[in-house]
Amino acid sequence: MAVSAARVMSRRLANGAFTAFCVLVTLLALAFLAAILTTLIQKGVAGLSVDTFTMNTPAAGSRGGLLNAIIGSVLLCLYAMAIALVLGILAGTWLAEYAGDSRYGSVVRFINDVLLSAPSILIGLFVWQIMVANLLHHFSGYAGSVALALIAVPVIARTTEDVLRLQPTSLRESGVALGTPFWTVIRSILWKSASAGILTGGLLAFARISGETAPLLFTALNNQFLSLDMSKEMANLPVLMFNFALSAYDDLQRLAWAAALIVSGSVLGVTVIARLVSREQKQG
Amino acid sequence: MTTTIATENPEISVAEIDKAKVKLDVQGLDFYYGKSHSLKAVSIPFANKAVTALIGPSGCGKSTLLRTLNRMYALYPGQRATGKILLDGEDILRPGVDLSMLRARIGMVFQKPTPFPMSIFDNVAFGVKLYESLSKSEMAERVEESLRRAALWDEVKDKLNAPGLGLSGGQQQRLCVARGIAVKPEILLLDEPTSALDPISSAKLEETVIQLKADYTIVIVTHNLGQAARVSDYTGFMYLGELVEFGETATMFTRPATRRASDYITGRFG
Amino acid sequence: MEQHTLRAYDEELDALSAELSRMGGLAEVEVGDALRAITRRDVATAQAVISRDDRLDEIEADIERRAIRLIALRQPVADDLRRTVAALKVSMNLERCGDLAKNIAKRALVIAESEPITPLTRSIERMGELVARRLKDVLDAYAARDVERAKLVWQRDEEIDEHYDSIFRELLTYMMSDPRTIASCAHLLFVAKNLERIGDHATNIAEIIYYEITGENLPDQRPKLDALEPR
Repeated sequence: MAVSAARVMSRRLANGAFTAFCVLVTLLALAFLAAILTTLIQKGVAGLSVDTFTMNTPAAGSRGGLLNAIIGSVLLCLYAMAIALVLGILAGTWLAEYAGDSRYGSVVRFINDVLLSAPSILIGLFVWQIMVANLLHHFSGYAGSVALALIAVPVIARTTEDVLRLQPTSLRESGVALGTPFWTVIRSILWKSASAGILTGGLLAFARISGETAPLLFTALNNQFLSLDMSKEMANLPVLMFNFALSAYDDLQRLAWAAALIVSGSVLGVTVIARLVSREQKQG
Repeated sequence: MTTTIATENPEISVAEIDKAKVKLDVQGLDFYYGKSHSLKAVSIPFANKAVTALIGPSGCGKSTLLRTLNRMYALYPGQRATGKILLDGEDILRPGVDLSMLRARIGMVFQKPTPFPMSIFDNVAFGVKLYESLSKSEMAERVEESLRRAALWDEVKDKLNAPGLGLSGGQQQRLCVARGIAVKPEILLLDEPTSALDPISSAKLEETVIQLKADYTIVIVTHNLGQAARVSDYTGFMYLGELVEFGETATMFTRPATRRASDYITGRFG
Repeated sequence: MEQHTLRAYDEELDALSAELSRMGGLAEVEVGDALRAITRRDVATAQAVISRDDRLDEIEADIERRAIRLIALRQPVADDLRRTVAALKVSMNLERCGDLAKNIAKRALVIAESEPITPLTRSIERMGELVARRLKDVLDAYAARDVERAKLVWQRDEEIDEHYDSIFRELLTYMMSDPRTIASCAHLLFVAKNLERIGDHATNIAEIIYYEITGENLPDQRPKLDALEPR
């Protein structure tokens, strides 16, 4: 089939124009990202010092660091992840292996997807209403962890379901064909086989919750001092950023930037690990 | 043996085999995927210590038949079977049969190799651990014996702790055979076991199957007619959910009794 | 019969059968001409028969090549396999028929130089016609894939054997009454024997055709009255 020269030319032009447009838009997005990162690094690095990791949050004008907030954040996230991993993996496993296409399964799957995109402030409000206002009657690290866990569970459930569904049917069947009870097939074969994917889901959920402020405002609140008691108010980086950044004092604002850098750095680190893990799985 | 000649073309021809030799006897089996009726009154005997091949075009029901033999279909709601499948005279379709015990007696190897995500040793030991508590040395013996019988031992004896997924496709498939026979089943079901393998690996697997025949009742589903001819003693030809012809392989491939079987094996189908 | 999915497969099988039919025709002509050379003392025809035998050998080699190629590349089974193997075996039998015809023609050259023994030649001619008809029948049965016709040839082999026996007795009588005829008679005896063997090959071909079409063998024993040939 012969194609006329004019047609070839017009195709080439259209192709070139579209490619140029795509490149332009990408550059624009990258420029914003670069601006954000440079600001963050410039201001954040300025706020970092040894004190940042060794001293508690100061009053305005005095020496201090982020120690209590860092430890608080780590604790909140650890508890949250412990809850979320158990619930999320089990829920995801149920959805993938047992629910099938049943009506109940579809409803649970739909609600899980809604939760996945629920505004985190709603979850904070919900946990505040149940735990802080009615159950414990004060702000608490536990309430904070529960709120964070509620954000992480849908993410983990979803990824767990997805990676389990990716496991070949024949793997399941060959387990069953040996006379293995199905629950054992899931535990010893499917989870193992899907472990990298589940782990990636967990790490992504961790990245997601480590920067959440809204739910913590209602639940763990904040603490000026180092505390390991999860039943009390607990310091944490996101709320600290929120408070300090809005304060009128330069030194507190600098600390807020440092906190932002630490949070971003750890999220980046976790994401990179997640990528590495999932790549390893693909190769394996 | 039937004495019909090919020119007469009966619609269906199922040769009788000596009842004493039958290990697994399918009688009047119907199978339904939801509303679709995918096996129609299939009656076929599987002889002890012999290989029976099931052949037929895609969708003819041969894999379905294989999956009723260990009741694999029970995993899926909406699939059901009626009729009888007698294993040593006992009906395995009867409700109340312990499926795990049944499947321990009937091993299965699938189309694609499916090593478990664990070491070669643990892959073979996996099924054994479910039913027997062997000492460490007994287990090592069992694993070695199974790998030897699957003709894999010499290739993996120095790397038993390496992951099973690191083996080549052909080795993985033989690992699956070793895993299947490690639990000492009585029957081995093979669902197109060489369709993903190269010719050399296929040949090795075929040799393994022939060796295993001495102790097992083997049923193999295959699209490779040459393979059916090479490894099997009996062949069943299925078409559209029916067993059209069953008889000795040598007879099937030199003078099939039915026109449909003849057209299929000579490549005149459709 | 339905077509193979692979058209080339059908073409190769058909070519094999066509080649075999051609060979059958040629073998028929060879046997007929050899007989004529004997009965009419026709030296030219005898020489033609002898020189044409190479053609038969060539065709046989060609059929063998085609059959081996088919088995190697197509891996025929069931009726295709029987058809291929039958072609191979029939061609071997036809080639033997050709050799026997050539041998008859050679003897025709010798006999043409001696005194004619007319009544005896008549007997040979009758037997030869019968053999030629059997060969024709069986080749027709092959072309028409006609089991019954093939079976008929197989059943009637005894007629040829009876002819041979009577010629054998006749020849003995001649040789005893007139020793000068011994040389020609010995040649004629071999001619008769050759004809009888061509008849056997026709019977073999009938058996092969029967197997090709039905997949079953004819029984080992066929009705046979062969008093002079102890087995």
